[in-house]
Amino acid sequence: MSTDTTTNTDTAEHPAHTTGDGQPLVHAVNVTKAFGSNEVLKGIDMDVRKGEVVCLLGPSGSGKTTFLRCINQLETINGGRIWVDGDLMGYVDKGGRLHRLHDKQIAAQRRDIGMVFQRFNLFPHLTAIGNVMEGPVQVKGAKKAAARTRALELLASVGLADKERAYPAQLSGGQQQRVAIARALAMDPKLMLFDEPTSALDPELVGEVLDVMKELAKRGMTMIVVTHEMSFARDVADRVVFMDGGVVVEQGPPSQCIDNPQHQRTKRFLQRMRQEKQEV
Amino acid sequence: MSQLRETEARATEERPGRIDAAPVRHPLRWVAVAVIALLVAMFVNMVLTNEAFNWPFVWEAMQQSPVLEGLWKGTVLVTALAMVVGISGGVILAVMRLSPNPVLSSVAWVFTWFFRSVPRLVLLTTMGALGILFQKGLSFGFPFDQQLMGLLGIDANLTFLTLNANEVFAGIAGGVIGLGLSEAAYMAEIARAGILSVDKGQAEAAEAIGMSGGQTMRRIVLPQAMRVIVPPTGNETIAMVKDTSLLIGLPLSTELFYQLQSIGSRTYQVFPAFVAAILFYLVITSVFMVGQYFLERRFGRGFGQPSESNGKVARLLGRGAAH
Repeated sequence: MSTDTTTNTDTAEHPAHTTGDGQPLVHAVNVTKAFGSNEVLKGIDMDVRKGEVVCLLGPSGSGKTTFLRCINQLETINGGRIWVDGDLMGYVDKGGRLHRLHDKQIAAQRRDIGMVFQRFNLFPHLTAIGNVMEGPVQVKGAKKAAARTRALELLASVGLADKERAYPAQLSGGQQQRVAIARALAMDPKLMLFDEPTSALDPELVGEVLDVMKELAKRGMTMIVVTHEMSFARDVADRVVFMDGGVVVEQGPPSQCIDNPQHQRTKRFLQRMRQEKQEV
Repeated sequence: MSQLRETEARATEERPGRIDAAPVRHPLRWVAVAVIALLVAMFVNMVLTNEAFNWPFVWEAMQQSPVLEGLWKGTVLVTALAMVVGISGGVILAVMRLSPNPVLSSVAWVFTWFFRSVPRLVLLTTMGALGILFQKGLSFGFPFDQQLMGLLGIDANLTFLTLNANEVFAGIAGGVIGLGLSEAAYMAEIARAGILSVDKGQAEAAEAIGMSGGQTMRRIVLPQAMRVIVPPTGNETIAMVKDTSLLIGLPLSTELFYQLQSIGSRTYQVFPAFVAAILFYLVITSVFMVGQYFLERRFGRGFGQPSESNGKVARLLGRGAAH
């Protein structure tokens, strides 16, 4: 691949991913990903500053979710580089050649990145508080008593102080997703990734999850959110990134990108979203 | 006043209240109950009056000390140990089988292939004869130590433990190894099905909070797989209780059925001896079934399993809940 050589020199040109304030927390350069012969990401460049809330918009199949999963290394990228807080994800550069990190090192890189899934993926054999405590106790080696206190605070902050002992199956979808957010926050992440967090919810439960996310944004959490909730993107996002066909088509503040889109594809997508909303 | 009552009456007429319906009757169930009761009475009568049962002899045979020793050592202990070997071996084999490492997964496949193919009686009988391979005893030490020392021209003994192979393979240890390895092959498939039954999102969620592969397996995947693994494992345990009667192939005579059978043939009371054996097997399997019930409840946590047995008799007579 011709891109490989260019990105290697990029390392020198972008001191961004080493240290420093005001530098991007997430720095992705020319990220490509294919499943077999199906190219899903065709060279994504994206910077996310500390404290920024970025919403990824676009039709299904545009690669939003795949890109999000690549940041957390749930998918391995085929080309390009992703740095999170200065760490090159998945590899270490030894004398100009990349070496794949060991599974344990990759696990360590993931600790600082919280992820919330479309289908919640709570651990069904653990109670709500068990789910929240699992990471700190098992991964960080926290004391159980301390982890419990912190988990109770987190459950209270997502409005579920009374559901401590409930198993996921006893909670509504919205409650499960809020526990999932608390579980991710328990690891004190620098970055939160949300993969269509409200798509699997009944319409009347969407609001409670979005409220928790708004609160989180207000407190300065860096967030990348794949969503179809236009109102959330407009109200909360600092920037929206519109993706289609594995490339970034357009990006900018919501006022510009949603209300006054420049590209034909963005316009078409937004119009379709509006029509769907009216039908509902 | 009367008008008010009239409207009230109409209101109750128009708005149906609580349902107090007659349940569906099942007359055929009563016929079946009668037929079965008759058959049971006939059977009990036969069991109690037929002298070939010789109940006093059955009780006496069950209390003989070689029989009890056979029960504890040969049947209960070997079952327990062989299942420990089988379950732990099976889980390891299942993880190996699902590993991306082709060497590990094919080793697991070959192991399963071999031990599932050989009948347990044949396996145990062969185990008992394994001593032939190790006539100087089973030695544990540096691999190829004698050849290496010969090459280097040094005379040193690198063996730290030598066991009598016949004692190892033809005793209780041999039974545990033989039955345990054979069981591991079956448990491997059960454990693999259990692991595959857990949604992929679970492992992803565990990895997303920074768990390593081993932690994910131990803390998240296996506990959920257990829900699928436990019921067939209960089945396997019960089958293992019965397969301990094959230990005589080793030959190991400290075993329940062999002991009772030999009492039977010594005293010409063959049938009561068999009855005694059956009673013991019934008791052991019943105890294991109780254990299985509690295990299933433990691992069913969070999956909202329906509460058990809300009145089987009532349901039979069509008087229970409407289902």
